[in-house]
Amino acid sequence: MFDQTGLLRFITAGSVDDGKSTLIGRLLHDSKSIFEDQLTSITNTTRKRGSEGVDLSLLTDGLQAEREQGITIDVAYRYFATPKRKFIIADTPGHEQYTRNMVTGASTANLAIILIDARKGVLTQSRRHAYLTSLVGIPHLVVAVNKMDLVDYSQSVFERICKDFAAFAENLKLHNITYIPMSALNGDMVVERGDHLNWYQNSTLMDLLENVSIEDDINRDDFRFPVQWVCRPQTKELHDFRGYMGRIESGSMRVGDNVTLLPSGLTSRIKEILRYEGPIDEASAPQSITLTIEDHLDISRGDMLVKTGDTPRISKAFDAMVCWLSEQPLDPSRKYLIKHTTRVVKAIISRIDYRVDVNTLDHETVNTLNMNDIAHVGLKVQLPIVCDDYAHNRATGCFIIIDESSNNTVAAGMISLA
Amino acid sequence: MNNHPFTHLDALESEAIHIMREVAAECANPVLLFSGGKDSIVLLRLAEKAFRPGRFPFPLMHIDTEHNFPEVIEFRDHRVKELGERLIVRSMEDSIKKGRVVLRSENQSRNAFQSVTLLDAIAEFKFDACIGGARRDEEKARAKERIFSFRDEFGQWDPKNQRPELWDIYNTRTHPGENIRVFPISNWTELDVWEYISRENLEVPKIYFAHTREVIRRATGLLPVSHLVQPQGGERIEQMTVRFRTVGDMSCTCPVESDAANVDEIIAETALTRITERGATRMDDQTSDASMELRKKEGYF
Repeated sequence: MFDQTGLLRFITAGSVDDGKSTLIGRLLHDSKSIFEDQLTSITNTTRKRGSEGVDLSLLTDGLQAEREQGITIDVAYRYFATPKRKFIIADTPGHEQYTRNMVTGASTANLAIILIDARKGVLTQSRRHAYLTSLVGIPHLVVAVNKMDLVDYSQSVFERICKDFAAFAENLKLHNITYIPMSALNGDMVVERGDHLNWYQNSTLMDLLENVSIEDDINRDDFRFPVQWVCRPQTKELHDFRGYMGRIESGSMRVGDNVTLLPSGLTSRIKEILRYEGPIDEASAPQSITLTIEDHLDISRGDMLVKTGDTPRISKAFDAMVCWLSEQPLDPSRKYLIKHTTRVVKAIISRIDYRVDVNTLDHETVNTLNMNDIAHVGLKVQLPIVCDDYAHNRATGCFIIIDESSNNTVAAGMISLA
Repeated sequence: MNNHPFTHLDALESEAIHIMREVAAECANPVLLFSGGKDSIVLLRLAEKAFRPGRFPFPLMHIDTEHNFPEVIEFRDHRVKELGERLIVRSMEDSIKKGRVVLRSENQSRNAFQSVTLLDAIAEFKFDACIGGARRDEEKARAKERIFSFRDEFGQWDPKNQRPELWDIYNTRTHPGENIRVFPISNWTELDVWEYISRENLEVPKIYFAHTREVIRRATGLLPVSHLVQPQGGERIEQMTVRFRTVGDMSCTCPVESDAANVDEIIAETALTRITERGATRMDDQTSDASMELRKKEGYF
């Protein structure tokens, strides 16, 4: 199995007022990932706005419209690296109307940082961010209690906020929570420890980001290989070659393993595992590889190879949590497309069981879904899909819903198999 | 047993291979844009990893400004021959002759006009997906662009109306006349690209390495002297040891002073460098904070 430490993806959730952009700016600045021309550019803009010094939050404001309005309206990706790891930040806005952006950013994240203003404590939006973190199943959570400088670096303020948050998180079955007091503005406990928080003994944020173990963020047990592309060169030398190309979504496999092809249920054995560099004996998620098998089976894109005896669900009707992403509301009488692994099938949403109020977690009865709504629904699909419960296996439990007429991605779904 | 660790380059590579295979499987008529620059050199290796022992399921295409460095064009043709794949070249000169591009002067930078020739070529071949080597770390507007970036019938990018992109399930659907730009190395940085070039032992055009060149100082940078760039009032030609960090239009691509003579020295220099790639090397991106965003809305890559 791999020692998978090289790349950590994380998301920051919080509003401009919580100092989220300042925190990202601080991480980039103190890890020396800001370039001089970027610093010059934001220094100029700071001055143009009539402020002094360098406003680190300007680093993350990307598009012209956002700079004019002074708010972040879409997910932006940032990159930095330390000698230990490469990091990808999905920077998502915290406003209520942008639930969809947080779900988007969260979908690829190993870790979430939820920012809380130490003066304000756990607010409605903190609860919303915690709920979305648990909904999307981000494996690790950091609660960053920021602006500690404005509460005199008070330990009791910090401890009260931790207690409040923990009580709420308990209901959400959120685990792996780390609480860190900090001042992103002054740099305390972000990259450097600073001098003001000596009562806090645990890691700085950067320490945690560099060392948190993400090995088990991928399901390591169940081999799932959706076929992406069938390679048939049909040249003289490779006349009968049939390579099944794809990425291992979870688990691992060796040459000689017995495999079952789904949804057909036919079986064979792995003959070769090929990479451009040559054959290997064993491969595991998330490697992209080419497989050949012992028998001639009719295999095409959309099929899935799994280890014989470890079979996922094959289903034409299933339940899911969906987040509606489109300005166009759900029309329950229409057919949509769903894309799940490498399979695209026609689908209808046959039931809306309830919508979740993301602030109170109350369940509400509704007839349709609007942008940013999160709901428990039932779906029926025209052809069976091969899936796992999202909580058990993110890669084979997630799907998107596409509007066939506009071609837009209108919703994101997470399968729940009871 | 895999003994070596799964590094960040392995993760980025596997993601890019997965993206390329999705394009091949779901798009009717894709093309890979190959300029001879380092990012598209990486794309070609990723395509080999994605599709060998088969052929590439798409042709390569170069939009030639005819302001390219001769070393880069030579390299382009050599690499295509080595791969045995098909290359389409469409030249901006054709767009100029047809009156589709009107330049104010012969020596004007042609970067901004590439869009016209690119859009014409997309229409000519009815491409529905163009795979390109753009990276999100290059520029602020790019930081918000999707990996599968949708363009309307006019080839335009609407940053406020992008399709949400979740997990690694990509929506590749288009209506006739629309197309998608696909950026498999979106999540790579300049340093990742050089580390990959080193690991894979990839050949790159010689002008990426330190060499002696005639340059003049203009505005905030150096410009290479050529038939397109000659000294103007007061400027004088200097001999300097320089290298290029990007290889675009000769009239506006600035070299940087450097002694880095091989890939490892470039990696060392890139890891320490304090200026962004575009800030250092593209005069056309320095005009305003939003230059790239404006050009992208017009259909620029």
